Amino acid sequence: MAATTGTYLIRGASILGGEPADLLIRDGVIAETGTGLQAEGATVIDAAGLVALPGMVDVHTHLREPGREDAETVETGTRAAALGGYTAVHAMANSTPVADTAGVVEQVFSLGRAAGWVDVRPVGAVTVGLAGEQLAELGAMADSRARVRMFSDDGICVHDPVLMRRALEYVKAFDGVVAQHAQEPRLTSGAQMNEGDVSAVLGLAGWPAVAEESIIARDVLLAQHVGSRLHVCHVSTAGSVEIIRWAKGRGINVTAEVTPHHLLLTDDLVRSYDPVFKVNPPLRTDADVEALRAGLADGTIDVVGTDHAPHPSEHKECEWAQAAMGMTGLETALSVVQHAMIETGLMTWADFARVTSTAAARIGRLADQGRPLEAGEPANVILVDPAARWTVDPFRMATMGRNSPFKGRELPGKVVATFFKGHPTVLNGELNTPYAFTDATAAGVA
Amino acid sequence: MKHLLSTEDLSLANAISILDTAEEMAAVGDREVKKLPALRGRTVVNLFFEDSTRTRISFEAAAKRLSADVINFAAKGSSVSKGESLKDTAQTLSAMGADAVVIRHWASGAPHRLAATDWIDAAVINAGDGTHEHPTQALLDAFTMRRHWARLAGTGSEGTDLKGMRVAIAGDVLHSRVARSNVWLLRTLGADVTLVAPPTLLPIGVEKWPCKVSYNMDETLAQGVDAVMMLRVQGERMNASFFPSTREYSRRWGFDDNRLRALDTLGMKDTIIMHPGPMNRGLEISAAAADSPRSTVLAQVRNGVSVRMAALYLLLSGDTREPAAAPALAYAGTHPTKESN
Repeated sequence: MAATTGTYLIRGASILGGEPADLLIRDGVIAETGTGLQAEGATVIDAAGLVALPGMVDVHTHLREPGREDAETVETGTRAAALGGYTAVHAMANSTPVADTAGVVEQVFSLGRAAGWVDVRPVGAVTVGLAGEQLAELGAMADSRARVRMFSDDGICVHDPVLMRRALEYVKAFDGVVAQHAQEPRLTSGAQMNEGDVSAVLGLAGWPAVAEESIIARDVLLAQHVGSRLHVCHVSTAGSVEIIRWAKGRGINVTAEVTPHHLLLTDDLVRSYDPVFKVNPPLRTDADVEALRAGLADGTIDVVGTDHAPHPSEHKECEWAQAAMGMTGLETALSVVQHAMIETGLMTWADFARVTSTAAARIGRLADQGRPLEAGEPANVILVDPAARWTVDPFRMATMGRNSPFKGRELPGKVVATFFKGHPTVLNGELNTPYAFTDATAAGVA
Repeated sequence: MKHLLSTEDLSLANAISILDTAEEMAAVGDREVKKLPALRGRTVVNLFFEDSTRTRISFEAAAKRLSADVINFAAKGSSVSKGESLKDTAQTLSAMGADAVVIRHWASGAPHRLAATDWIDAAVINAGDGTHEHPTQALLDAFTMRRHWARLAGTGSEGTDLKGMRVAIAGDVLHSRVARSNVWLLRTLGADVTLVAPPTLLPIGVEKWPCKVSYNMDETLAQGVDAVMMLRVQGERMNASFFPSTREYSRRWGFDDNRLRALDTLGMKDTIIMHPGPMNRGLEISAAAADSPRSTVLAQVRNGVSVRMAALYLLLSGDTREPAAAPALAYAGTHPTKESN
C-alpha cells in the first residue's frame, strides 16, 4: 500500500446518512472511527451536514479509449468519475479495437492506473469483435493483469442462445459474470425510440419493451439451467422488473442494473426530436419509471449503472435518426438518484450505498471497493452535501461529452470530496490530484 | 405562425385561415395572369433530401406564383451526398439569405430540428418528414374535402369546417405521414375519421388517436362514408411480412371495382375517392376507381398549389417578419391575421 496518501480527519460526517461520526483516514485505510478523534498532523475536514458514503462503483461506463479519443479518454472519463463520487468504474468493451483480448484489456487497465483517478476495471467482450459469432478469449482476459471478471458485448445483444449458454457456462471457471445487453435484434431493426403512444405520433420506428423482456426471460432460464451468474444491463421496462423479480424468487443467480436516466426521464422528451434524449435502451414511459424505482428500492434491481456514453457534438447535432445513442452520466448519477429515490422517500442513504457501491463491487468482484466505513477498511470514501442544489451545465463537466439529458435541470446533492485509496481525488467539490500508483501496486491488483 | 411543421399542433383558427387564404389563392390560378407580387424579393429554398418531384414542383409553382425567388436544393448529387451535415447545409442556406426553407426529409423530425435550433432563422415548412407528418398534403386534402362538403351543403367554403363529414383513410397507416397529418387536421376540423388497415400496418398506440380503427373495408363502407382516402403501398413493405401478398392486400384493403360498385349500391352517390399520389393502379386503387367521376386525384394536385401558396404567404408576410416592402394581395379579399407562436 502507498504510504504517502497523507492523513485526513473527517469530522462529524453523517455515516451513511446516520449518526455523525469522525473518520480518520491514514495510509490508504480508515484507521479509526468514532467521535472526538484527534490525530497529530492530520488535515481536518469539517464534514458537518455532509453524508459519508463508500466510494461509488459504476458497473457500466464507456470510456471510449482506445479508438474514440475524440469522444472521451480514460483520463477525462475518470476525472468525471471522481467528480461524480466514483472510486471504481467498469470500462465497457466496445472500444476500437474491441476489448476482446488480454492485450486490449491490459492497455485500458494501464491507462487507468496512469490516470489515477479511480480503479478502472476493463470489461471483456464476450465474442470476438462483438460480432456474436465466436467466444473471445475470456480466460486470457481473466488471467491478465486486468483480472477481468465481467464480460459483455454491451451495445449489442449476445443474441445466439447457444453462444449465450456457452458464455454463461464458461465464465464459471473463473467466477466471471456475463453482463447482457438485452435487445432482440430482429424486433428492434432500425429502432429509434420506445414503441408506444409517442412513437406512434412521432413516426419514429419503435423499440418495443418485449424485445428486452424476451431476452431477459430467456437468459434467466439459461442461467438457471447452467447454474451460472447473469447480470442484466440497463433494465428499462416494467416487464423486465417483473421477470427479474420472478427469477430471483426462484433462486436464479441474476443481478440487474438501472441507469439514472431511466429512473427519471420518459419518452415524452423525444417529442422535441432533440437527439440528446436518444439512448439505447430508449427512454420509456411513466409506468416503467415507477416500476424501475420500485424494483431498485425493493432489491429486485441491484445496482445503478450510469451507461455513461459520451459522444462528440456532431453525433448529436443532426437528425434524430442519424444521431448516436447515449448520454453522459457519471457527474449527474448521484444527484439524479438522490432526486428520484431519496427525495421521494423510496430509499435511504444506506440504500444508496448498497445500490451504488456495495452491490456493484460484489458484481464486479472488486474486493477493496464497496466496503463498510469501518476501521481497517480501504479508504474509498466520499462526502456528499445533500442540501446543495445545482443546475446541470454540460459545458462545465469534466467529461468530454456534452450530451447530458439533464442539461438545465436543477438537481440536489453535490460530491464535496472523494477519497480513493486514502487520497483525496476531489476536495471542496473540485478535482484535486490523482492517486499515484506505484510500480509495486501497478504490478498486481489488490 | 412562424413555421408549418405539423398539423398536430395547428389550431382550428390557423387551419381555417390557411384554407381560406388558399381559396383566395385558387382564384389567382383561374386568372389569365397567374401571378401575385406578394413575395417579390423573398427567397424560398426547396431543400429535398428525398426524391419527390410532385411535391417539389407544387411548392415551386406556389412560390413562383407569389413572385418569390426559388432555389431548388436536391440532396442527391449535392454536398449532402458528400457527407455534409444538416447543420452545415442549414447554415449555408442561412448565409445565402433564405427566407423560407421547404424541407422534405427521410428522417422524421428533421424539420423540427431546423426550426428548434439556431442553425437557420428562416421559416420552415415541412414538406414531408419520414413517417411523421406531411402537413401541406393534409391541408390540400382538407381543402378538397371542404369544397366538396360545402358544395353539398349549398354554401361557400370560406370559414367552414368539416363537422359531420365521415372520412375513411385506408392503407399503410404505420408508415404514412399523410395519414398522421390527416388524422390530426381532420380532428381539428371536426370530421369523423376511420382508419382502415391490416393490423400490421397500424402503429402500436393508435387506439389513443382521435379516430376509429377498422380492419374491414367493406364494413366501413357499409356504415357510410363521405370520402375514402387510399394510401399508397410502398414497395419495400411488400416483402417484409406486413401482408402475405399484394393480391391479398388488394382484395381485403384495396379500393377495387367491387367496392366502387358498392358505393352505388349503398346509395352513396356523393362519396369521393381520394389519393395523395402517386397511385399503384391495381393495388390499392383500381383503374376504374382512379378514373371515376368520384376521384378527386387531380383536384388534389391543383389544390396543392393553392394551399402551398397560402402557407408561404402566411408565413412570409406575417407580422413576425420584416420584409422590405410589406406585400399585399393584389386584389380585394379578407386579409389574414397573423399569430406568433
